Amino acid sequence: MTQPPKGARRSYGVKAAPYGFLLPAAVLFALFFALPIGYAVWLSFHKVEIKGLGLGKGARSEVWAGLENYASALTDSEFLASALRVLGYGAIVVPVMLGLALLFALLLDSERVRGRSFARLAIFLPYAVPGVIAAVLWGFLYLPDVSPFHYLLEKAGLPQPDLMDGGPLYLAMSNIAVWGGTGFNMIVIYTALRALPAEVYEAAKLDGCSELQIALRIKIPMVVPSLVLTFFFSIIATLQVFNEPMTLKPLTNGIPSTWSPLMKVYNDAFTGGNIHAASATAVVLALATFALSFALLRISNRRTTQGASR
Amino acid sequence: MPQLTRRSLAAATAVLLGATALTACGSDSDDEADAGSGPVKLTYWAWAPGMDKVAALWNAKHPDIQVTVQKQASGDDLVTKIITAAKARKGPDLVQAEYQALPTLVTNDALADIGPEVQGVEKKFAPGVWQQTTLGGDAVYALPQDSGPLMFFYREDLFKEYGLTVPTTWDAFAETARALKKKAPKKSLTTFSANDAGLFAGLSQQAGARWWTFEGDTWKVGIDDAATKKVTDFWGGLVAEGAIDNQPMYTPAWNKALDTGEQIAWVSAVWAPGTLTTAAPATKGKWAMAPLPQWTEGENATGSWGGSSTAVTSDSKHKEAAAKFAVWLNTDPEALAALVKESGIYPAATAAQTSGALAKAPDYFANQPDFYTKAAEIAKTTAPAAWGPNVNVAYTAFKDEFGKAAKARTAAAFAKALTAVRDTTVDDLDKQGFEVAK
Repeated sequence: MTQPPKGARRSYGVKAAPYGFLLPAAVLFALFFALPIGYAVWLSFHKVEIKGLGLGKGARSEVWAGLENYASALTDSEFLASALRVLGYGAIVVPVMLGLALLFALLLDSERVRGRSFARLAIFLPYAVPGVIAAVLWGFLYLPDVSPFHYLLEKAGLPQPDLMDGGPLYLAMSNIAVWGGTGFNMIVIYTALRALPAEVYEAAKLDGCSELQIALRIKIPMVVPSLVLTFFFSIIATLQVFNEPMTLKPLTNGIPSTWSPLMKVYNDAFTGGNIHAASATAVVLALATFALSFALLRISNRRTTQGASR
Repeated sequence: MPQLTRRSLAAATAVLLGATALTACGSDSDDEADAGSGPVKLTYWAWAPGMDKVAALWNAKHPDIQVTVQKQASGDDLVTKIITAAKARKGPDLVQAEYQALPTLVTNDALADIGPEVQGVEKKFAPGVWQQTTLGGDAVYALPQDSGPLMFFYREDLFKEYGLTVPTTWDAFAETARALKKKAPKKSLTTFSANDAGLFAGLSQQAGARWWTFEGDTWKVGIDDAATKKVTDFWGGLVAEGAIDNQPMYTPAWNKALDTGEQIAWVSAVWAPGTLTTAAPATKGKWAMAPLPQWTEGENATGSWGGSSTAVTSDSKHKEAAAKFAVWLNTDPEALAALVKESGIYPAATAAQTSGALAKAPDYFANQPDFYTKAAEIAKTTAPAAWGPNVNVAYTAFKDEFGKAAKARTAAAFAKALTAVRDTTVDDLDKQGFEVAK
């Protein structure tokens, strides 16, 4: 290496340096993120054409399909039904999970709590259980013939609901998500609570605030950004629910193979072997997730900036 | 919750990455180098346990053709993987493939026609089994490895206790189910399970159904033919009147029902002893096997459920060597004995079905010493099956539609489900671009 001459070259080097540092990340991003997505988009505009019986060489060729795959994805009643199912599921999961997470975080943060670290760990622990395992565990508890709950209900002479079908299925499925996700969201909110300065509470107490009033009037408004964040995560996770219904599916007649949008994508790609239609559906799902997330972010941003200016 | 995000993202990226795997296609030349010198090296994708040990027997005797077994997942996943590999021209030389997957693989140009290489092998297999590897044409796309002839398994002790006789016709089967319900309302003869289309396909086969056929350049889908309708009405009727259960198989609840005698019979295939060993360990020695009930008294036919074949891929640069190995693996007495012992399969080759390797009944059926003698007789009566290029789609539609019907518990719902499965299958063929008769 020769020493670079001073002057113009050097300022060029200084200017180029940031790009040099950026390069590894940019290459990785392009290779493992942009390229696959780009390829999926490319696939979504193509389809396979088959001649005759499709036996023998050269019977299959990939041709341009235009928006055909998108048209059939958007008009597919299965896809729309799966989207509606997931919205219904999300309407249960998100409020219940975030409500519980906030409640637990406030309880853990209150002054008189005992066994704080044990409680925190116990609430957090289900998060460490992999989703598939959680679904299998709960599936066993839900199945009428092997469920201890059903056994107790039967002994008590009470009606035994079938949790793997119809309306109760939504509750059963939501329960798994709430059980697994509350702990994580609680930790996020709790961490935000711990970061609040103690002076605020002291001042409030001097003014005669009760613990409840402190929670409602000080703590909750101050952790709104964390709530927005957890809300955001939860919405995305809801739209992409896959493991739980996929794992519970073989246990019951009540879960079709296209229960959630992602299951529909999986089914198209790996059961139907139609990677083109699957790509189009995946792109639609991604766009919908983006649109929904950004819309929600916009709304919450407006709220918080208004709050700050007041 | 973000852990869910990550996981579902992972699933989504898996879809995307699966797609990128396709881009990985290009020219490969790694196999060409060894074409001239040294032993021929073959790779074999299989999921049967112990297949590597069987291949080791071949490798010891054939230094010029060395086979490496690469263990794979079974079923639909492998089909997708083989098709992807074929598109990328990176496929193995040999693959294990279920019979019903063969047309899908052939229409994706993943398999080679090995007809010329395997001349004279045909007579070693039952015609109903062999025919599945030719798709009803002149080409041979695979060699049969194992088969799963359907049989009737029942609790011998409970049949005696309730004064039931083993049904030889489906009418008698229905009567038996009703008689049991009368004597023990909490018990069921069996269940109609909507989560495995393979059994339903086998039962339809027995009745004479031919789901996929072709004439000239046009596929014809016969999923709603008279035979399948008969089977649908029969099982739909039993579920509707409450004579049998409607819950799926292979669940913890089903295991419990078999183990505690809540369900006292199971229409299954020759591999049932293996499943029962884990599903109903407490009732070992209490079960017996009989031929499948017939549609008309005195007939002698069964369908098949499961079973797989060995195929040579269109990518293989050593088609002849690969076909040679496939012939050895599926017809040589030593290879078949090893397959029975190491992989626990029921061989498709008729000679092997009565060979020494199968002289002893499975442990679970120690009370029925002639288990395999009887099984071999039943296997001979296997009716032909007709598979098409989108069996997966039909099977998924079956699970969804018959799942709904089993829930509804009405005969009309079953009839509607069958029509829906047929329509979904035809629509998919049409959408994929196949010529299909509407």
